[in-house]
Amino acid sequence: MLNVQHLAARRGFTHLFADLTFAVDSGEALLVTGANGSGKTTLLRILAGLTAPATGTVRWRGAEVGAFSASMRQDVAFVGHLPALNDTLTAQENLLQLLALSGDAVRLEDVRVALSAVALDRQATLPVRALSQGQRRRVGLARLALARRALWLLDEPATALDAAGATILSELTARHLAGRGCVVATTHQPLAFGSAQVTTLALGS
Amino acid sequence: MKHLPAIVPLLATQSTTRDVAASAGIAWAVRRDLALALRSRAELAVHLSFYVIVVSLFPLAAAPDRNLLAATGPAVLWVAALLASLLSLPRLLAADYLDGTLEQMALSPYPLAALVSGKIVAHWLTTGMPVVLLAPVLALQYDLDSEASAVLIASLLVGTPILSLLGAIGAALTLGVRGAGSLLALLILPLYVPVLVFGAGAVDATRVGVGAAAHLSLLGAGLLIAIVGAPFAAAAAIRIALD
Repeated sequence: MLNVQHLAARRGFTHLFADLTFAVDSGEALLVTGANGSGKTTLLRILAGLTAPATGTVRWRGAEVGAFSASMRQDVAFVGHLPALNDTLTAQENLLQLLALSGDAVRLEDVRVALSAVALDRQATLPVRALSQGQRRRVGLARLALARRALWLLDEPATALDAAGATILSELTARHLAGRGCVVATTHQPLAFGSAQVTTLALGS
Repeated sequence: MKHLPAIVPLLATQSTTRDVAASAGIAWAVRRDLALALRSRAELAVHLSFYVIVVSLFPLAAAPDRNLLAATGPAVLWVAALLASLLSLPRLLAADYLDGTLEQMALSPYPLAALVSGKIVAHWLTTGMPVVLLAPVLALQYDLDSEASAVLIASLLVGTPILSLLGAIGAALTLGVRGAGSLLALLILPLYVPVLVFGAGAVDATRVGVGAAAHLSLLGAGLLIAIVGAPFAAAAAIRIALD
Protein backbone atom coordinates (compact mmCIF):
# COMPACT_ATOMS: atom_id res chain seq x y z
CA MET A 1 0.00 0.00 0.00
CA LEU A 2 2.73 2.44 0.99
CA ASN A 3 5.74 2.47 -1.28
CA VAL A 4 8.74 4.68 -0.71
CA GLN A 5 11.54 5.02 -3.26
CA HIS A 6 14.95 6.66 -2.81
CA LEU A 7 13.68 9.15 -0.26
CA ALA A 8 16.03 11.84 1.02
CA ALA A 9 15.39 14.62 3.49
CA ARG A 10 17.19 17.76 4.53
CA ARG A 11 16.63 20.05 7.46
CA GLY A 12 18.36 23.34 6.65
CA PHE A 13 21.82 22.29 5.45
CA THR A 14 21.87 18.98 7.33
CA HIS A 15 21.23 15.80 5.38
CA LEU A 16 19.08 13.60 7.58
CA PHE A 17 18.81 10.50 5.43
CA ALA A 18 19.18 9.59 1.78
CA ASP A 19 18.16 6.80 -0.58
CA LEU A 20 15.55 5.34 1.73
CA THR A 21 13.49 2.61 0.04
CA PHE A 22 10.85 0.53 1.78
CA ALA A 23 7.29 -0.72 1.40
CA VAL A 24 4.52 -1.30 3.91
CA ASP A 25 1.69 -3.58 2.81
CA SER A 26 -1.76 -3.71 4.35
CA GLY A 27 -1.66 -5.52 7.66
CA GLU A 28 2.00 -4.66 8.16
CA ALA A 29 3.79 -2.39 10.56
CA LEU A 30 7.05 -0.52 10.15
CA LEU A 31 9.02 0.52 13.18
CA VAL A 32 11.44 3.39 12.59
CA THR A 33 14.30 3.54 15.06
CA GLY A 34 17.39 5.73 15.27
CA ALA A 35 19.23 8.21 17.44
CA ASN A 36 17.84 11.64 18.30
CA GLY A 37 18.07 13.87 15.27
CA SER A 38 18.35 11.03 12.79
CA GLY A 39 15.19 12.16 11.00
CA LYS A 40 12.48 9.86 12.37
CA THR A 41 9.94 12.61 12.85
CA THR A 42 10.84 14.20 9.50
CA LEU A 43 10.26 10.85 7.77
CA LEU A 44 6.86 10.57 9.40
CA ARG A 45 5.97 14.14 8.42
CA ILE A 46 6.99 13.44 4.82
CA LEU A 47 4.78 10.33 4.78
CA ALA A 48 1.89 12.35 6.22
CA GLY A 49 2.42 15.00 3.57
CA LEU A 50 3.28 17.80 5.98
CA THR A 51 6.79 18.22 4.55
CA ALA A 52 8.11 17.73 1.03
CA PRO A 53 11.10 15.38 0.65
CA ALA A 54 14.35 16.67 -0.87
CA THR A 55 14.29 13.86 -3.44
CA GLY A 56 12.47 10.57 -3.90
CA THR A 57 8.85 9.54 -4.19
CA VAL A 58 6.11 8.32 -1.89
CA ARG A 59 3.38 6.14 -3.40
CA TRP A 60 0.11 5.41 -1.66
CA ARG A 61 -2.30 2.87 -3.15
CA GLY A 62 -0.12 2.90 -6.26
CA ALA A 63 -0.37 6.62 -6.95
CA GLU A 64 2.40 9.10 -6.27
CA VAL A 65 1.51 11.53 -3.49
CA GLY A 66 3.06 14.91 -2.80
CA ALA A 67 2.74 17.24 0.18
CA PHE A 68 -0.89 17.79 1.29
CA SER A 69 -2.24 15.49 -1.41
CA ALA A 70 -5.98 14.91 -1.28
CA SER A 71 -5.84 11.11 -1.42
CA MET A 72 -3.43 10.95 1.52
CA ARG A 73 -5.58 13.29 3.59
CA GLN A 74 -8.48 10.82 3.22
CA ASP A 75 -6.47 7.94 4.61
CA VAL A 76 -3.89 9.11 7.10
CA ALA A 77 -4.15 9.41 10.87
CA PHE A 78 -1.15 11.35 12.17
CA VAL A 79 -0.41 11.36 15.89
CA GLY A 80 2.60 13.59 16.42
CA HIS A 81 4.32 15.17 19.38
CA LEU A 82 1.57 17.76 19.60
CA PRO A 83 -1.69 16.32 20.93
CA ALA A 84 -3.99 18.68 18.95
CA LEU A 85 -6.13 19.07 22.07
CA ASN A 86 -7.49 22.44 23.06
CA ASP A 87 -6.89 23.18 26.75
CA THR A 88 -10.23 24.84 27.39
CA LEU A 89 -12.38 22.12 25.81
CA THR A 90 -13.09 18.81 27.54
CA ALA A 91 -11.59 15.54 26.32
CA GLN A 92 -14.99 14.59 24.96
CA GLU A 93 -15.47 17.87 23.07
CA ASN A 94 -11.93 17.70 21.70
CA LEU A 95 -12.53 14.23 20.32
CA LEU A 96 -15.84 15.18 18.73
CA GLN A 97 -14.16 18.20 17.10
CA LEU A 98 -11.16 16.25 15.83
CA LEU A 99 -13.26 13.45 14.39
CA ALA A 100 -15.60 15.90 12.71
CA LEU A 101 -12.49 17.56 11.28
CA SER A 102 -11.25 14.28 9.85
CA GLY A 103 -14.67 13.71 8.27
CA ASP A 104 -15.58 10.75 10.48
CA ALA A 105 -19.09 11.24 11.77
CA VAL A 106 -19.18 9.83 15.28
CA ARG A 107 -21.83 9.94 17.95
CA LEU A 108 -21.21 11.17 21.47
CA GLU A 109 -21.93 7.62 22.61
CA ASP A 110 -18.99 6.29 20.55
CA VAL A 111 -16.71 8.92 22.04
CA ARG A 112 -17.75 7.93 25.57
CA VAL A 113 -17.08 4.27 24.83
CA ALA A 114 -13.67 5.06 23.33
CA LEU A 115 -12.70 7.24 26.30
CA SER A 116 -13.72 4.54 28.76
CA ALA A 117 -11.71 2.04 26.71
CA VAL A 118 -8.60 4.11 27.39
CA ALA A 119 -9.64 4.36 31.07
CA LEU A 120 -10.58 8.03 31.01
CA ASP A 121 -14.25 7.69 32.05
CA ARG A 122 -13.95 10.14 34.89
CA GLN A 123 -11.84 12.62 32.93
CA ALA A 124 -14.11 12.68 29.86
CA THR A 125 -15.84 15.91 30.88
CA LEU A 126 -12.80 17.65 32.37
CA PRO A 127 -11.04 20.44 30.47
CA VAL A 128 -7.93 18.98 28.86
CA ARG A 129 -5.73 21.39 30.82
CA ALA A 130 -6.46 19.24 33.89
CA LEU A 131 -5.10 16.08 32.23
CA SER A 132 -1.57 14.76 32.58
CA GLN A 133 0.73 14.13 29.61
CA GLY A 134 -0.03 10.41 29.69
CA GLN A 135 -3.76 11.05 29.84
CA ARG A 136 -3.51 13.37 26.84
CA ARG A 137 -1.74 10.59 24.99
CA ARG A 138 -4.61 8.29 25.87
CA VAL A 139 -7.09 10.77 24.38
CA GLY A 140 -4.96 10.52 21.22
CA LEU A 141 -5.36 6.73 21.34
CA ALA A 142 -9.12 7.11 21.64
CA ARG A 143 -9.01 9.27 18.51
CA LEU A 144 -7.15 6.52 16.65
CA ALA A 145 -9.75 3.98 17.76
CA LEU A 146 -12.56 6.11 16.33
CA ALA A 147 -11.02 7.46 13.12
CA ARG A 148 -11.41 5.14 10.17
CA ARG A 149 -8.00 5.59 8.68
CA ALA A 150 -5.96 3.05 6.76
CA LEU A 151 -2.53 4.46 7.53
CA TRP A 152 -1.52 5.28 11.07
CA LEU A 153 1.57 7.42 11.49
CA LEU A 154 2.60 7.38 15.14
CA ASP A 155 5.45 9.53 16.41
CA GLU A 156 6.81 8.02 19.62
CA PRO A 157 3.39 6.66 20.58
CA ALA A 158 4.58 5.11 23.85
CA THR A 159 6.01 8.36 25.26
CA ALA A 160 4.49 9.31 28.63
CA LEU A 161 2.28 6.21 28.64
CA ASP A 162 2.29 3.90 31.68
CA ALA A 163 2.30 0.09 31.40
CA ALA A 164 -1.48 -0.09 31.11
CA GLY A 165 -1.43 2.65 28.47
CA ALA A 166 1.23 0.79 26.49
CA THR A 167 -0.96 -2.33 26.58
CA ILE A 168 -3.91 -0.34 25.20
CA LEU A 169 -1.63 1.03 22.47
CA SER A 170 -0.42 -2.40 21.39
CA GLU A 171 -3.92 -3.87 21.54
CA LEU A 172 -5.24 -1.01 19.42
CA THR A 173 -2.50 -1.26 16.79
CA ALA A 174 -2.78 -5.06 16.71
CA ARG A 175 -6.49 -4.70 15.97
CA HIS A 176 -5.81 -2.11 13.29
CA LEU A 177 -3.26 -4.41 11.64
CA ALA A 178 -5.63 -7.38 11.88
CA GLY A 179 -8.16 -5.18 10.04
CA ARG A 180 -5.63 -4.87 7.20
CA GLY A 181 -4.47 -1.39 8.16
CA CYS A 182 -0.91 -0.03 7.96
CA VAL A 183 1.15 1.38 10.81
CA VAL A 184 4.38 3.36 10.65
CA ALA A 185 5.69 4.22 14.11
CA THR A 186 8.89 5.84 15.34
CA THR A 187 10.08 4.45 18.62
CA HIS A 188 12.89 4.18 21.15
CA GLN A 189 11.43 1.24 23.03
CA PRO A 190 10.19 -2.08 21.67
CA LEU A 191 6.51 -2.01 20.72
CA ALA A 192 4.42 -5.18 20.62
CA PHE A 193 1.93 -5.42 17.77
CA GLY A 194 0.53 -8.90 18.24
CA SER A 195 1.07 -11.41 15.47
CA ALA A 196 1.34 -8.87 12.65
CA GLN A 197 4.38 -8.68 10.45
CA VAL A 198 6.68 -5.98 11.76
CA THR A 199 9.73 -4.65 9.93
CA THR A 200 12.27 -2.40 11.54
CA LEU A 201 14.00 0.46 9.77
CA ALA A 202 17.05 1.89 11.50
CA LEU A 203 17.84 5.46 10.48
CA GLY A 204 21.33 6.92 10.62
CA SER A 205 23.19 3.63 10.45
CA MET B 1 -7.59 -3.09 32.07
CA LYS B 2 -10.78 -2.95 30.09
CA HIS B 3 -10.87 -4.45 26.68
CA LEU B 4 -11.28 -2.21 23.72
CA PRO B 5 -14.73 -2.67 22.31
CA ALA B 6 -15.12 -2.86 18.58
CA ILE B 7 -16.31 0.69 18.20
CA VAL B 8 -16.29 0.91 14.46
CA PRO B 9 -15.67 -1.81 11.92
CA LEU B 10 -12.18 -1.37 10.57
CA LEU B 11 -12.18 -1.62 6.83
CA ALA B 12 -8.79 -0.14 6.41
CA THR B 13 -8.17 -1.43 2.90
CA GLN B 14 -11.28 0.26 1.57
CA SER B 15 -11.04 3.95 1.04
CA THR B 16 -13.99 5.40 2.88
CA THR B 17 -15.81 8.13 1.07
CA ARG B 18 -16.39 11.15 3.21
CA ASP B 19 -18.49 14.22 2.76
CA VAL B 20 -15.75 16.80 2.44
CA ALA B 21 -17.64 19.72 0.91
CA ALA B 22 -15.96 23.06 1.50
CA SER B 23 -19.14 24.38 3.13
CA ALA B 24 -18.98 21.63 5.76
CA GLY B 25 -15.37 22.63 6.46
CA ILE B 26 -16.35 26.28 6.89
CA ALA B 27 -19.20 25.28 9.21
CA TRP B 28 -16.87 23.11 11.30
CA ALA B 29 -14.41 25.96 11.85
CA VAL B 30 -17.12 28.54 12.61
CA ARG B 31 -18.77 26.28 15.18
CA ARG B 32 -15.49 25.37 16.85
CA ASP B 33 -14.14 28.90 17.08
CA LEU B 34 -17.45 30.29 18.35
CA ALA B 35 -17.52 27.58 21.03
CA LEU B 36 -13.94 28.47 21.99
CA ALA B 37 -14.75 32.19 22.03
CA LEU B 38 -17.63 31.48 24.37
CA ARG B 39 -15.16 29.81 26.76
CA SER B 40 -12.87 32.85 26.73
CA ARG B 41 -15.46 35.61 26.95
CA ALA B 42 -13.20 37.66 29.23
CA GLU B 43 -10.60 38.00 26.51
CA LEU B 44 -13.19 39.21 24.01
CA ALA B 45 -14.53 41.67 26.56
CA VAL B 46 -11.01 43.08 26.97
CA HIS B 47 -10.70 43.76 23.23
CA LEU B 48 -14.09 45.39 23.12
CA SER B 49 -13.42 47.52 26.20
CA PHE B 50 -10.17 48.62 24.58
CA TYR B 51 -12.16 49.83 21.59
CA VAL B 52 -14.72 51.64 23.74
CA ILE B 53 -12.06 53.28 25.92
CA VAL B 54 -9.89 54.46 23.02
CA VAL B 55 -12.90 56.00 21.30
CA SER B 56 -14.06 57.65 24.52
CA LEU B 57 -10.66 59.13 25.41
CA PHE B 58 -10.52 61.40 22.37
CA PRO B 59 -13.50 63.64 23.18
CA LEU B 60 -12.08 64.06 26.68
CA ALA B 61 -8.68 65.12 25.35
CA ALA B 62 -9.85 67.25 22.43
CA ALA B 63 -11.14 70.81 22.71
CA PRO B 64 -14.91 70.83 23.36
CA ASP B 65 -15.78 72.02 19.88
CA ARG B 66 -18.74 70.35 18.13
CA ASN B 67 -17.40 70.83 14.61
CA LEU B 68 -13.98 69.50 15.53
CA LEU B 69 -15.49 66.42 17.16
CA ALA B 70 -17.83 65.70 14.26
CA ALA B 71 -14.91 66.04 11.86
CA THR B 72 -12.54 63.73 13.74
CA GLY B 73 -15.14 61.22 15.04
CA PRO B 74 -15.23 58.84 12.06
CA ALA B 75 -11.43 58.75 11.87
CA VAL B 76 -11.12 57.95 15.58
CA LEU B 77 -13.75 55.21 15.42
CA TRP B 78 -12.07 53.67 12.40
CA VAL B 79 -8.56 53.76 13.91
CA ALA B 80 -9.89 52.23 17.13
CA ALA B 81 -11.71 49.49 15.19
CA LEU B 82 -8.50 48.77 13.35
CA LEU B 83 -6.45 48.55 16.55
CA ALA B 84 -9.05 46.35 18.23
CA SER B 85 -8.90 43.98 15.26
CA LEU B 86 -5.10 43.98 15.38
CA LEU B 87 -5.18 43.23 19.12
CA SER B 88 -7.27 40.10 18.61
CA LEU B 89 -5.39 38.73 15.59
CA PRO B 90 -2.57 36.87 17.38
CA ARG B 91 -5.30 34.66 18.90
CA LEU B 92 -6.63 33.66 15.49
CA LEU B 93 -4.12 30.92 14.69
CA ALA B 94 -1.39 30.88 17.34
CA ALA B 95 -3.11 28.60 19.87
CA ASP B 96 -4.06 26.08 17.19
CA TYR B 97 -0.50 26.16 15.90
CA LEU B 98 1.00 25.51 19.32
CA ASP B 99 -1.28 22.63 20.30
CA GLY B 100 -1.08 20.89 16.92
CA THR B 101 -4.67 21.48 15.79
CA LEU B 102 -3.40 23.39 12.75
CA GLU B 103 -1.39 20.30 11.75
CA GLN B 104 -4.56 18.19 11.90
CA MET B 105 -6.47 20.86 9.98
CA ALA B 106 -3.86 20.75 7.20
CA LEU B 107 -4.17 16.94 7.12
CA SER B 108 -7.96 16.87 7.20
CA PRO B 109 -9.85 15.97 4.03
CA TYR B 110 -11.49 19.41 4.05
CA PRO B 111 -9.73 22.10 2.00
CA LEU B 112 -7.51 24.12 4.32
CA ALA B 113 -8.71 27.37 2.74
CA ALA B 114 -12.29 26.45 3.73
CA LEU B 115 -11.27 25.80 7.33
CA VAL B 116 -9.39 29.11 7.39
CA SER B 117 -12.44 30.90 5.95
CA GLY B 118 -14.52 29.51 8.79
CA LYS B 119 -12.01 30.79 11.33
CA ILE B 120 -12.11 34.23 9.69
CA VAL B 121 -15.92 34.28 9.81
CA ALA B 122 -15.84 33.37 13.51
CA HIS B 123 -13.18 36.04 14.12
CA TRP B 124 -15.36 38.69 12.52
CA LEU B 125 -18.46 37.54 14.41
CA THR B 126 -16.63 37.81 17.73
CA THR B 127 -14.55 40.95 17.15
CA GLY B 128 -15.77 42.84 14.05
CA MET B 129 -19.50 42.61 14.56
CA PRO B 130 -19.48 43.94 18.16
CA VAL B 131 -17.39 46.89 16.91
CA VAL B 132 -20.05 47.66 14.29
CA LEU B 133 -22.90 47.27 16.78
CA LEU B 134 -21.27 49.57 19.34
CA ALA B 135 -20.43 52.26 16.79
CA PRO B 136 -23.80 54.12 16.82
CA VAL B 137 -23.63 54.48 20.59
CA LEU B 138 -20.02 55.65 20.54
CA ALA B 139 -20.74 58.02 17.66
CA LEU B 140 -23.03 60.01 20.01
CA GLN B 141 -19.93 61.32 21.78
CA TYR B 142 -18.84 62.96 18.55
CA ASP B 143 -22.14 64.63 17.76
CA LEU B 144 -22.47 62.86 14.41
CA ASP B 145 -25.85 63.45 12.76
CA SER B 146 -27.99 60.45 11.90
CA GLU B 147 -26.96 60.38 8.24
CA ALA B 148 -23.23 60.44 9.01
CA SER B 149 -23.80 57.85 11.71
CA ALA B 150 -25.58 55.53 9.27
CA VAL B 151 -22.78 55.85 6.72
CA LEU B 152 -20.20 55.18 9.44
CA ILE B 153 -22.00 51.96 10.39
CA ALA B 154 -22.29 50.93 6.75
CA SER B 155 -18.59 51.55 6.17
CA LEU B 156 -17.67 49.57 9.29
CA LEU B 157 -19.99 46.75 8.24
CA VAL B 158 -18.26 46.43 4.87
CA GLY B 159 -14.78 47.30 6.12
CA THR B 160 -14.28 45.26 9.29
CA PRO B 161 -14.57 41.89 7.45
CA ILE B 162 -11.66 43.07 5.26
CA LEU B 163 -9.66 43.66 8.45
CA SER B 164 -10.29 40.07 9.56
CA LEU B 165 -9.50 38.65 6.11
CA LEU B 166 -6.22 40.57 5.66
CA GLY B 167 -5.36 39.97 9.30
CA ALA B 168 -5.59 36.21 8.79
CA ILE B 169 -2.83 36.42 6.18
CA GLY B 170 -0.65 38.34 8.63
CA ALA B 171 -1.42 35.91 11.45
CA ALA B 172 -0.51 32.97 9.21
CA LEU B 173 2.73 34.58 8.05
CA THR B 174 3.90 35.24 11.61
CA LEU B 175 3.19 31.72 12.93
CA GLY B 176 6.05 30.41 15.01
CA VAL B 177 7.87 33.74 14.95
CA ARG B 178 9.22 35.23 18.15
CA GLY B 179 7.45 38.49 19.03
CA ALA B 180 4.76 37.69 16.49
CA GLY B 181 2.43 40.40 17.83
CA SER B 182 4.55 43.40 16.94
CA LEU B 183 5.72 41.89 13.65
CA LEU B 184 2.08 41.28 12.80
CA ALA B 185 1.33 44.98 13.36
CA LEU B 186 4.24 45.99 11.10
CA LEU B 187 3.11 43.62 8.37
CA ILE B 188 -0.58 44.26 8.44
CA LEU B 189 -1.06 47.95 9.29
CA PRO B 190 0.16 49.16 5.86
CA LEU B 191 -2.35 46.79 4.26
CA TYR B 192 -5.10 48.28 6.40
CA VAL B 193 -4.43 51.79 5.05
CA PRO B 194 -6.77 51.61 2.01
CA VAL B 195 -9.56 50.25 4.21
CA LEU B 196 -9.03 53.13 6.63
CA VAL B 197 -8.92 55.73 3.84
CA PHE B 198 -12.14 54.61 2.18
CA GLY B 199 -13.91 53.73 5.43
CA ALA B 200 -13.35 57.02 7.23
CA GLY B 201 -13.50 58.87 3.90
CA ALA B 202 -17.04 57.66 3.29
CA VAL B 203 -18.31 59.58 6.33
CA ASP B 204 -16.37 62.72 5.38
CA ALA B 205 -17.82 62.58 1.88
CA THR B 206 -21.35 62.57 3.32
CA ARG B 207 -20.52 65.50 5.59
CA VAL B 208 -19.33 67.65 2.70
CA GLY B 209 -22.30 66.56 0.57
CA VAL B 210 -20.57 64.48 -2.10
CA GLY B 211 -22.27 61.24 -1.09
CA ALA B 212 -20.64 58.08 0.19
CA ALA B 213 -21.57 55.76 -2.69
CA ALA B 214 -18.15 55.86 -4.36
CA HIS B 215 -16.26 55.14 -1.13
CA LEU B 216 -18.61 52.34 -0.11
CA SER B 217 -18.43 50.77 -3.58
CA LEU B 218 -14.64 50.73 -3.45
CA LEU B 219 -14.78 49.25 0.04
CA GLY B 220 -17.21 46.61 -1.22
CA ALA B 221 -14.92 45.79 -4.13
CA GLY B 222 -12.05 45.42 -1.69
CA LEU B 223 -14.16 43.07 0.42
CA LEU B 224 -14.95 40.85 -2.57
CA ILE B 225 -11.28 40.64 -3.57
CA ALA B 226 -10.29 39.84 0.01
CA ILE B 227 -12.96 37.13 0.31
CA VAL B 228 -11.69 35.43 -2.84
CA GLY B 229 -7.98 35.79 -2.17
CA ALA B 230 -7.25 35.98 1.56
CA PRO B 231 -8.27 32.43 2.63
CA PHE B 232 -6.03 30.89 -0.03
CA ALA B 233 -3.12 33.16 0.82
CA ALA B 234 -3.50 32.38 4.52
CA ALA B 235 -3.76 28.64 3.83
CA ALA B 236 -0.57 28.76 1.77
CA ALA B 237 1.22 30.63 4.57
CA ILE B 238 0.03 28.03 7.11
CA ARG B 239 1.41 25.20 4.98
CA ILE B 240 4.78 26.97 4.85
CA ALA B 241 4.73 27.44 8.62
CA LEU B 242 4.00 23.74 9.17
CA ASP B 243 6.81 22.56 6.88
